[in-house]
Amino acid sequence: MTTARDKSCINLKLKVWRQKGPDVKGRFEAYKARDISTDMSFLEMLDVVNEKMILSGKDPIAFDHDCREGICGACGTVVNGRTHGPEKGTTLCQLHMRHFSNGDTVVIEPWRSRAFKVVKDLVVDRSAFDKIIQAGGYISVNTGGAPDGNAIPVPQEAAEKAMDAAACIGCGACVAACPNASAMLFVGAKISQYTLLPQGLPEAKKRALAMIGKMDELGFGNCANEAECEKQCPKEISIENIARMNREFLKAGLF
Amino acid sequence: MITCPNRFRRVRHYAVVKSYRRPNLKIMQCDMNWFIRILGSSIGKKLIMALTGLGFCIFLFAHLAGNLTICAGEDAFNSYAERLHALGPLVILTEIGLLFFAVAHVFIGAYLFYENFRARPERYLVKKNAGGRTIGSVTMPYTGLFILFFIVLHLIDFHFVEKTDQTIYQIVLATFSNPGYALFYIVSMIIVATHVSHGFWSAFQTLGVYNSKYMLPLRVMGTIFSLAVGLGFGFLPIYISFIS
Ligand code: HEM
Ligand code: FES
Repeated sequence: MTTARDKSCINLKLKVWRQKGPDVKGRFEAYKARDISTDMSFLEMLDVVNEKMILSGKDPIAFDHDCREGICGACGTVVNGRTHGPEKGTTLCQLHMRHFSNGDTVVIEPWRSRAFKVVKDLVVDRSAFDKIIQAGGYISVNTGGAPDGNAIPVPQEAAEKAMDAAACIGCGACVAACPNASAMLFVGAKISQYTLLPQGLPEAKKRALAMIGKMDELGFGNCANEAECEKQCPKEISIENIARMNREFLKAGLF
Repeated sequence: MITCPNRFRRVRHYAVVKSYRRPNLKIMQCDMNWFIRILGSSIGKKLIMALTGLGFCIFLFAHLAGNLTICAGEDAFNSYAERLHALGPLVILTEIGLLFFAVAHVFIGAYLFYENFRARPERYLVKKNAGGRTIGSVTMPYTGLFILFFIVLHLIDFHFVEKTDQTIYQIVLATFSNPGYALFYIVSMIIVATHVSHGFWSAFQTLGVYNSKYMLPLRVMGTIFSLAVGLGFGFLPIYISFIS
């Protein structure tokens, strides 16, 4: 038993961004993560490091997390230059330590963007995304008796595409991965998920103008079609959604 | 915040509330603010980049076709140049159009570069490419700046040059007989090809044409176009050094 466990344990050198608050200067601190089981998730590895720090009276590393099963969008840091770590289509909470080797140095940084201010250490304020959603990421439905779920026919292909877009969990990795800190994959996915369905069409024009107007106002960068967002998105949202958003915006704005 | 510029809706609204008596002059006056607001947005600026960039691509194609007439000999090349200039006002109109496009492309490109730089005040210590970025896309602002420099030189060398006592063929031959200049020209063409290798498909993505059906054809067309630009223009100085 002991030998088996030893074999599946690794030691890592961590380099973690520490910042006490939003307006304080931060810096990288080096830590050692010892005896990390390769069956752990990345967040559990941070838990182990934090437990030791708490026991020795130090301030633990602050990081966001909630569901720990890849569906809520709360977790996420840049690990060795990649959002949510090196694995494709994986949130940080679902990233297993078996993807790291004994003795690796792991650099952990928060999302970096003017629109996402660091709250503490690895936690950033993503309320900018909420503001974009509030601007138009909804459909208006009159209250009353529940409508028949199948009253409005939806083509299978449209439903599939809308669901692919709706897979976005709003974690902000697209902004973090984008060389220009642009939020266009997020906004593209949100606009697509509505505009592809009949229920979203009545407000399509208003929605496109309002959401993109808000996005510009919040200080995100401009998409240059680098496609890094698509490659680093834990839900592998396609940049096809950005093209659809551009279409929707130009249609709404110019015609 | 951008509001809906749909003027027709307001007209209809008026008709209901005020029982349409007289045309609302305020609405009928040409209010262009909405248009400027749309073009000034992130996607609007990108739209201008895409349209001007694609305009340059068409220009490059025509320019390359014209230049290749040099392979048909001195007379063919000179007569191509003569016939082009015989078009008179059409040429001047195109030149003004291109200048207008160039000013828009350069200034908006520079402004986008500034905005994108500002969008990330604190940089990453480690940043890795996950396979999205290409040499073309990473270097876009720098290749663009170089092209601007090249175009100025190019116009001085071949456009504003004294043409009374020598034909354009002679000018081309004389300029490229300098191996240093020929090399500079070839390098410049590789840089133009690099810019276009990203720019071509990127413009279609910006215009919203991109989807899973068009993805491969557009990427392939972009690669073919940038290869044609690089090889086509880059081949000319080599060809000329052989015939002179
Ligand atoms: C032969 C001349 C040129 C051609 C054919 C060309 C073509 C293009 C095309 C097609 C795009 C893509 C637009 C999009 O993504 O929607 C582009 C982008 C760009 N161009 Fe050019 N361009 C030329 C010259 C220049 C010059 C002279 C500059 C600047 C000094 C420049 C700077 C840029 C920049 C910065 C971008 C990226 C904009 C962004 O996506 O943020 N280009 N170009
Ligand atoms: S904690 Fe919910 S997605 Fe990672």
